[in-house]
Amino acid sequence: MIAIIKYNAGNITSVQNALERLGYSSIVTDEPKLIQQAEKVIFPGVGEASTAMQYLKEKGLDEVIKNLKQPVLGICLGQQLLCTFSEEGNTECLGIFDVRVKKFEPRLKVPHMGWNTLEVQNSELYNGNLNDENFYFVHSYYADVCTDTSAVCDYILPFSASMQKDNFYATQFHPEKSSLAGEQLLLNFLQL
Amino acid sequence: MLKKRIIPCLDIKDGRVVKGVQFLALKDAGNPVALASFYSKNGADELVFLDISATLEGRKTLVDLVTRLSKEINIPFTVGGGIQSVEDAQLLLQSGADKVSLNSAAVANPKLITQIAEAFGSQSVVVAIDIKKVENDWYVFIKGGTESTGILAIDWAQKAEALGAGELLITSMNNDGAKDGFALEITNAISQAVSIPVIASGGAGSANDFIDLFTKTEVSAGLAASIFHFNEVSIPDLKTLLKTRNIPVR
Repeated sequence: MIAIIKYNAGNITSVQNALERLGYSSIVTDEPKLIQQAEKVIFPGVGEASTAMQYLKEKGLDEVIKNLKQPVLGICLGQQLLCTFSEEGNTECLGIFDVRVKKFEPRLKVPHMGWNTLEVQNSELYNGNLNDENFYFVHSYYADVCTDTSAVCDYILPFSASMQKDNFYATQFHPEKSSLAGEQLLLNFLQL
Repeated sequence: MLKKRIIPCLDIKDGRVVKGVQFLALKDAGNPVALASFYSKNGADELVFLDISATLEGRKTLVDLVTRLSKEINIPFTVGGGIQSVEDAQLLLQSGADKVSLNSAAVANPKLITQIAEAFGSQSVVVAIDIKKVENDWYVFIKGGTESTGILAIDWAQKAEALGAGELLITSMNNDGAKDGFALEITNAISQAVSIPVIASGGAGSANDFIDLFTKTEVSAGLAASIFHFNEVSIPDLKTLLKTRNIPVR
């Protein structure tokens, strides 16, 4: 079973629908037990960092997520919450990835909204010739490039388009909205 | 590099496409899900659905439609038309829409922009602005372009951004339907006056109009309806052409 973590953030329906198109059923839940028992966990999200973290703490999900051993995929806000700290609402985050999340300087349009290409470092998430594909981004905050970065996107400055450490994977872009390339990436995660 | 977006717009009434697409060998040319699926497989970067249903029944049908679209479509889509409250927006976003678009309701009740942005994030709020040139200035019009607000287009664009809009959809009533190109100057001026992305709409009549749009302005996206629906321009061909002009497209 695949668990999609339910919290006060949008975009969860789209993730579940994308999995369904790939032939995978999933549950949307904030029950620690169900999340711990799942084969794979997806931590999606569009929303605001401090209110999201507050909700996770109230439900005890902050400790649950940090201690998961199965493959976990954070998406968008999910990636940001897996970092140490976010400038959005000055929020202490989960600290899986040792990097801070900052707000874009609006030298170009913010949010960074639309399709962009990546420079993939090395990750099985991009198996199946995804290195030159475009993915759909929509965000105003970003994580710097760091040792956990698995792909870099350049907008205003180079930032972490995706990250990876042990069993934790994360993308700043939305694979569930990134057409066939995004579906292939999700499939790569589901088949880990 | 961030790509310029090409966005087909579908008008929906009572859950059906108004002015069905002419070129598809579909049994049902009014089926929004089939059309959306076609466009998403043929190079569209996003889709916009504009509901023009006037009845409560039509609104309910829209929510069902959004649910079905979200199951089928693997690119982002925006739903607009008739959204009056946070609850209206919530219903559509929770059914799977990525963004909602506000038009007249945002002019009547600007706080609505902030309320939706605070609840679901700025990225989920598109403010659609219909503009018309009166003498030398561009003004905001509401109710399908029939009623002047007396507000200058740039002023409202900046206010919408300050209130929490994540994106602006600018439609020139002077250009809309004329198929003689986008309103380049004012759309660019609006884009330069705000830091959020701007989608240009109204006036696309040929592939060259998109070349002009993306070479003469800094806007992020171009939206059109009839030229795509009547296959006067196919999106894959349009993108091939744009690439030859070094315009970044997916």
